[in-house]
Amino acid sequence: MTTLAFAILLAACMVAYALNRRAATGIRDGGQRLHSVSGYHGLFALLMILVPVLVVILLWLVLQGTVVNTLIMSSLPDGTLDGLGAGQVDLILAEIQSIASGRVFGEPEPWKVAAAERFSGMLQTASLGLVLVTALLCLGIMVFARSKVSAEFRARQGVEKIVSGLMIFCSVVAIFTTIGIVASLAFETIKFLRLVPLTEFLFGTSWEPQIPIRADQIASTGAFGWIPVIVGTIVITIVAIVIAIPIGLLSAIYLNEFAPKTVRSVCKPVLEVLAGVPTVVYGFFAILVVAPAIRTLGAQLGIPVAPNTALAAGGVMGIMLVPFISSFADDALSAVPRALRDGALALGATRAETVMNVLFPAAIPGIVGGVLLAVSRAIGETMIVVMAAGLMANLTLNPLESVTTVTVQIVTLLIGDTSFDNPKTLAAFALGMMLFIVTLIINIFALRIVRKYREAYD
Amino acid sequence: MTDISSGSLPLTTTDKVRASLAKRHRKQRILQAFGIAAISIAFLMLFILLWSQIATGYKAFMQTNITLDIFVDPAEIDVDRLPRGDFDDVLTAALLEKLPNVDVTDRAAVREASGIFSNGAQFDLRDRIVEDPSLIGQTINMRMPVSDPYDQLYKELLDRETPEELRRLNDVQIANYDQLLDAGAITSKLNTDLITNADSRFPELAGLKGALLGSFWALLVCFLVAFPLGIGAAVYLEEFAPKNKISDFIEVNINNLAAVPSVVFGLLALSVFIGWFGLPRSVPFVGGLTLALMTMPTIIIATRAALKAVPPSIREAALGVGASKQQVVFGHVVPLAMPGILTGTIIGLAQALGETAPLLLIGMNAFITSAPGTPFDSATALPTQIFIWADSPERGFVSRTSAAILVLLTFLIMMNAIAIYLRSKFERKW
Repeated sequence: MTTLAFAILLAACMVAYALNRRAATGIRDGGQRLHSVSGYHGLFALLMILVPVLVVILLWLVLQGTVVNTLIMSSLPDGTLDGLGAGQVDLILAEIQSIASGRVFGEPEPWKVAAAERFSGMLQTASLGLVLVTALLCLGIMVFARSKVSAEFRARQGVEKIVSGLMIFCSVVAIFTTIGIVASLAFETIKFLRLVPLTEFLFGTSWEPQIPIRADQIASTGAFGWIPVIVGTIVITIVAIVIAIPIGLLSAIYLNEFAPKTVRSVCKPVLEVLAGVPTVVYGFFAILVVAPAIRTLGAQLGIPVAPNTALAAGGVMGIMLVPFISSFADDALSAVPRALRDGALALGATRAETVMNVLFPAAIPGIVGGVLLAVSRAIGETMIVVMAAGLMANLTLNPLESVTTVTVQIVTLLIGDTSFDNPKTLAAFALGMMLFIVTLIINIFALRIVRKYREAYD
Repeated sequence: MTDISSGSLPLTTTDKVRASLAKRHRKQRILQAFGIAAISIAFLMLFILLWSQIATGYKAFMQTNITLDIFVDPAEIDVDRLPRGDFDDVLTAALLEKLPNVDVTDRAAVREASGIFSNGAQFDLRDRIVEDPSLIGQTINMRMPVSDPYDQLYKELLDRETPEELRRLNDVQIANYDQLLDAGAITSKLNTDLITNADSRFPELAGLKGALLGSFWALLVCFLVAFPLGIGAAVYLEEFAPKNKISDFIEVNINNLAAVPSVVFGLLALSVFIGWFGLPRSVPFVGGLTLALMTMPTIIIATRAALKAVPPSIREAALGVGASKQQVVFGHVVPLAMPGILTGTIIGLAQALGETAPLLLIGMNAFITSAPGTPFDSATALPTQIFIWADSPERGFVSRTSAAILVLLTFLIMMNAIAIYLRSKFERKW
């Protein structure tokens, strides 16, 4: 039925376009001078139908499920839902839906069967309604748009207004996304802070997210102090950055200043390949190759290494960040004005001295900005740590031990079934909020440094 | 010159420079050596990464099969009872014919021997007979995948030298296997199941069809949403937007969105799309929407760069002959910028294809044994399938994970190659 609605919309658009275009052409052939060419008359009708009807259909589809579910649940016999938790209510709804779609398990209660019948009835009515509304709207607007066709009608201006509106809408989607992120995170975080006080979350030194089995089981609700989680994140980030900075910077310096053109033209794309490898591949690489290698090395040196040591995850993340840092350093070095380079060389400095004493200091702001962006990436990086780092929060600074990170906790808390009313799920959103804030601050700071520096030489 | 060092004569600058020149050149060589070392480390890591995946993954592209002549016994399989019937007994009987020294009355020995069949073998046989019931009473030749331990044995991943109690196959089973191998019943062929099967608990039956289709639907939705939105936003910001606080704010916003951690987009999708809008979990449609939000900044930034590269003379010429601002932009500037826009879009889609974390949060890591027919069926995606297999304990999944990674990397390379081709073929230098 939904497909039918879209088909009607498509057909109506094409018919309206053809109709209006023909009408306008007719007027022109009648000897009158049109304000807009006939194509614009057609386009005007098309857009007038397409935009509002598409909005109506999409809204209908988004809201239909929720509305039907609410109606069904409120139409159940009085008292059936009394004293049931949100999870059980969802379960009943799911059961009704599966009966309605013909998958009956066992002997469902008669009231469930009745509800299922009502459910399928409502769905049918809803989709019929959708088709009807679509058809009526299309027809109505088509007649309206057709009535607009005249020699003086400014169809082009009309079309351009609609297109402008659409483009503004597109630009605002980015703002909506940001608002959506902030609102959804803030909403769940506030719910979380009602269950766990802010001071405990920010300063607690133990992280054991568990759901209480009974409501009155206050003592074992687990601990929600994020200190060990953020410390783990910092440990892995430091390992990654310590590996990425020297390799990234040195390769950028070499490629920019010393490498022959042919080497440069081969090496840069290869480094880009390194940047294009998906993080899930890096994660599997970490558990398949790097972690066993580190463990073997540790055993040979007699150093105890945890099975999922922070070194493996951090090391692989460092490799992932190399192309990132090297491309930022490359940009920063190339942006240093030629005059500085030529001046240093003319005074007799070697190439190495020019790089280290002139270009590098001049490029420092850009490089620092790049490194900061890399840090924010490392903090927000998920798959490598989910696969290769630990799950248990462990308050330690030793990279040989297993630590966990903010992103690992978010993913492990949310994988599987989640309902929005237990502290476990909400804790993930609180961690997400902190992650968003921390990375946002670093990003803004880094972008500002990069931009300021660029302005200095332009 | 040599006795100058006594210090009686003052050193000239030239002498000082000459004296230190060797040291300074050495410093330069050291810096260069460090640079080469750094690049070599990066390349070495890339090489190890790719090589380790190829070395473990290539074995999953072959599958060990067992070929048997199966007598479809009417006593075991009744036409009227189809699709029910004792298909596994029929299979076992065919197997025991090849293994004369297995005692038919010893139930334990028979069960051990029939462990060579994959779990799906009896269903393959059933499907074949249901399709053509006239096969009952005849002898048919069938090739089936063997179960995981035997597959490992054939590929020499299972070491015969390990003590029996630590091995997944005991000595009798290996003897049976060798007998079958000598009889020519065990063969290896290209593993088409890897592409044509959906996921399964059993490594020998698990394939990528569901994940490939899931990724396809998600990317399609992502493209349909992000491409028009991205171009619309970029054209507006680049060509029409007044330079004021609001457009500055939008711009800062887009730059920041490009750097927001992907897992945060997963949280957004979970709470807005699934929690508030009530869209179903695990479906490629929601995955595609999430990826679209992440891809949009990339497309916007690429499109704006492409629009900027179109010279102002084009715009002025079009304006000069009386085109309206929108006619200039949509009739001339955007078509000329299209190669750049498409390149940026394909690169954005390639990033979206490799994105895992947000898909995990919206539940696209469920265990689903059927391929999705529409974007609204539950499915996994290629990267989440890799994650699921990497998490599975069975040995057979290790090489399948690497094989899936190779498939993913192939797609990424193809997409990037198309992008590079488009850029070099259609990009105009002004």
